[in-house]
Amino acid sequence: MTLHATAPAPAVEPAAAAPAVRFNAVHKSFGTLEVLKGISFAVGRGEVVCLIGRSGSGKSTALRCINGLERITTGSIDVCGHVVSPDGRADLHAVRKRVGIVFQSYNLFPHLTVEQNITLAPRRVKKTAPAEARAIAADVLAKVGLSDKRDSYPEQLSGGQQQRVAIARALAMQPEVMLFDEVTSALDPELTGEVLKVMEDLARGGMTMVLVTHEMAFASRVADKIIFMHQGRVHEAGPRDMLSRPETPELRQFVGTGL
Amino acid sequence: MTFSLANLVYLLQGTLWTVALALLSFVGGGVLGLAVALMRVSRFGALRFAAGTWIQVIQGIPLPVLIFLSYFGLGVTGFDVPALAAAALSIAVNSSAFLGDIWRGCIQAVAKTQWEAADSLALNGFQRMVDVVLPQAIRLAIPATIGFSVQIIKNTSYAVVIGFIELTQSGKIINNALYEPFLIFTIVGLVYFALCSPLSNASRRLEARLRARGA
Amino acid sequence: MNYQFDFSFLWDPDNSYWRDILHGTWLTVELTLLAIVLGFTLGAACAIGSTSRMPALRRAIAVYVEVIRNTPLLVQTFWLFFGLASIGFKFSAFTAAVIALTVNIAAYTSEIIRSGIESVRKGQIEAAESLGLSRMQLLFDVVLPPAIERVLPSLSGQFVLMMLATSIMAQISTEELMAAASRIQSETFRGFEIYIVVAVVYLALTVALRFAFALLAWAAFPRRRRLGTPV
Ligand SMILES: Nc1ncnc2c1ncn2[C@@H]1O[C@H](COP(=O)(O)OP(=O)(O)O)[C@@H](O)[C@H]1O
Ligand SMILES: [Mg+2]
Repeated sequence: MTLHATAPAPAVEPAAAAPAVRFNAVHKSFGTLEVLKGISFAVGRGEVVCLIGRSGSGKSTALRCINGLERITTGSIDVCGHVVSPDGRADLHAVRKRVGIVFQSYNLFPHLTVEQNITLAPRRVKKTAPAEARAIAADVLAKVGLSDKRDSYPEQLSGGQQQRVAIARALAMQPEVMLFDEVTSALDPELTGEVLKVMEDLARGGMTMVLVTHEMAFASRVADKIIFMHQGRVHEAGPRDMLSRPETPELRQFVGTGL
Repeated sequence: MTFSLANLVYLLQGTLWTVALALLSFVGGGVLGLAVALMRVSRFGALRFAAGTWIQVIQGIPLPVLIFLSYFGLGVTGFDVPALAAAALSIAVNSSAFLGDIWRGCIQAVAKTQWEAADSLALNGFQRMVDVVLPQAIRLAIPATIGFSVQIIKNTSYAVVIGFIELTQSGKIINNALYEPFLIFTIVGLVYFALCSPLSNASRRLEARLRARGA
Repeated sequence: MNYQFDFSFLWDPDNSYWRDILHGTWLTVELTLLAIVLGFTLGAACAIGSTSRMPALRRAIAVYVEVIRNTPLLVQTFWLFFGLASIGFKFSAFTAAVIALTVNIAAYTSEIIRSGIESVRKGQIEAAESLGLSRMQLLFDVVLPPAIERVLPSLSGQFVLMMLATSIMAQISTEELMAAASRIQSETFRGFEIYIVVAVVYLALTVALRFAFALLAWAAFPRRRRLGTPV
């Protein structure tokens, strides 16, 4: 690398090249129960990474460590140029402004309308002006196909619609990375499709995504990388066609049972 | 003058009157309250209406006003009314509205299937209530009833408005002589706390146990 | 017994006792509103404090709540009014009454609001944290609104009880409705009549206060206004 007299701000270029998220030997214990036993992987910018594995293998925990909902025990996670470490919570706010998350149980705020759910964080956290926040809301609602539900309350929506609002709410913060934790698991099969469609559109649009999912067909179609977790470790990782030629007996069994 | 053993004995006497008044009121309020609760779930609209009105009206009148009403109201009969009687009557009336409401809730909380089961066994209305519903409602009612007994103990302090010498009034009398308000009312407060706190805790524990079993 | 009810003293041209009753009623209303506003504020603060990460603060609030809930308002009032006066803090009876009522109602309010806060699901809080909301924003935008909406019936019931309890403040010679009644009684000897009138006034106040709370809920909670369902 050559040194220019007017060097660009050093953080910019390496950060753009660096992965959006990188786990560096992350351990996480709940009391004496070690749930993550040193996991390392990277998520490049614009990549879609699917975490799969048996229930209890630590997928949700790994995801929740990225934005500090769980505190890691040792190791570190690089997130969009910031560091999540076991002690330092200093970067957490910066990380959360850049990372959106969607949960299995939607977690919409029941006392607020769809629009208010979406504009709350831009207005409070980014101090966006109300009119501009409403414009953002209209934009993200159009993306998830719910423009007509702007003034509804969550309880007036179906599960699939609530989940799409939850995605819109996260998108309104214009995140660099989106996390999804089994977002279709609580939905009836006929409602699952509409949510997966929104996620697929997002992926095609270049969003960096880390998702925990049991939708193997979806993973095989959309993922750039699949990570199979087993007993708190990354057991097998590979490209999207990895599921059709599993290498370890554990993954073979997991794929075989379908779950 | 300083606080003496005699003062303490005087306070203890007041405490006994407080306990006596609370017990009288609780028994009276319980009997009246059961009647109110049963009327409230009766199949006769007039009874339900009467009990509902009773609850609304009594819960909208301050206890001190009820005490004065009993005191002067009984007085118009020409008898010299003992303060204890006027106070116990008013607190019982007041409690009947609250206990009646609490117990109505418990009776109605007994699962509908139990009522239907009783009906299908061809029990009559009285048997259904006494043999099937009430025994189960009582179990539900115990925590809240104990909780309300704390309220009754605290309510007895309102008897001071007609000069009944219970615990609070004895504290006030001693304070008029000694003028040691912090000391005296701290002692008085501690006695109330000693009476109420075990009941509060028991109520809370039973409530938690009931909820755990229901869940 | 043939008791003759006589309410004519109310319109006695020399004394116009109805004015005294009106004046006492107004002071009761003032006392009630002041204590509700101050007590709600202090109670909400205690409820928030009891969810804090500082164990000492949580314990202090728990002790305060237990002491208040297990002793009579009247004893608390005497303790404050006579006690503070004995060490040189002199308040008017009205001020002392406001303080005593506030300290008392705040303990109950704190317990009620705390139960509302505990009813807010953990997922809501995680969602708000993940969006980058600060602890204060999370509290005021996400936790308290549904918490308070849920416990509003208990709160309004408790405030009605407190309004009725202001009647005991005549014991420290606060010039509210009961004090007026007591004075009228001693001048006219129509005890039964005057307390019937007072009972009716309190009943009317109870109805008015309940109505005011229903109105407040209607104005403050648009979701309930539109859907009519519990949050
Ligand atoms: N807050 C917690 N406290 C204690 N144990 C937990 C907690 N959260 C998760 N665990 C445990 O960690 C393990 C991994 O959980 P999780 O990450 O949710 O698995 P997955 O999402 O793969 O099903 C499980 O054994 C679970 O019981
Ligand atoms: Mg999970």
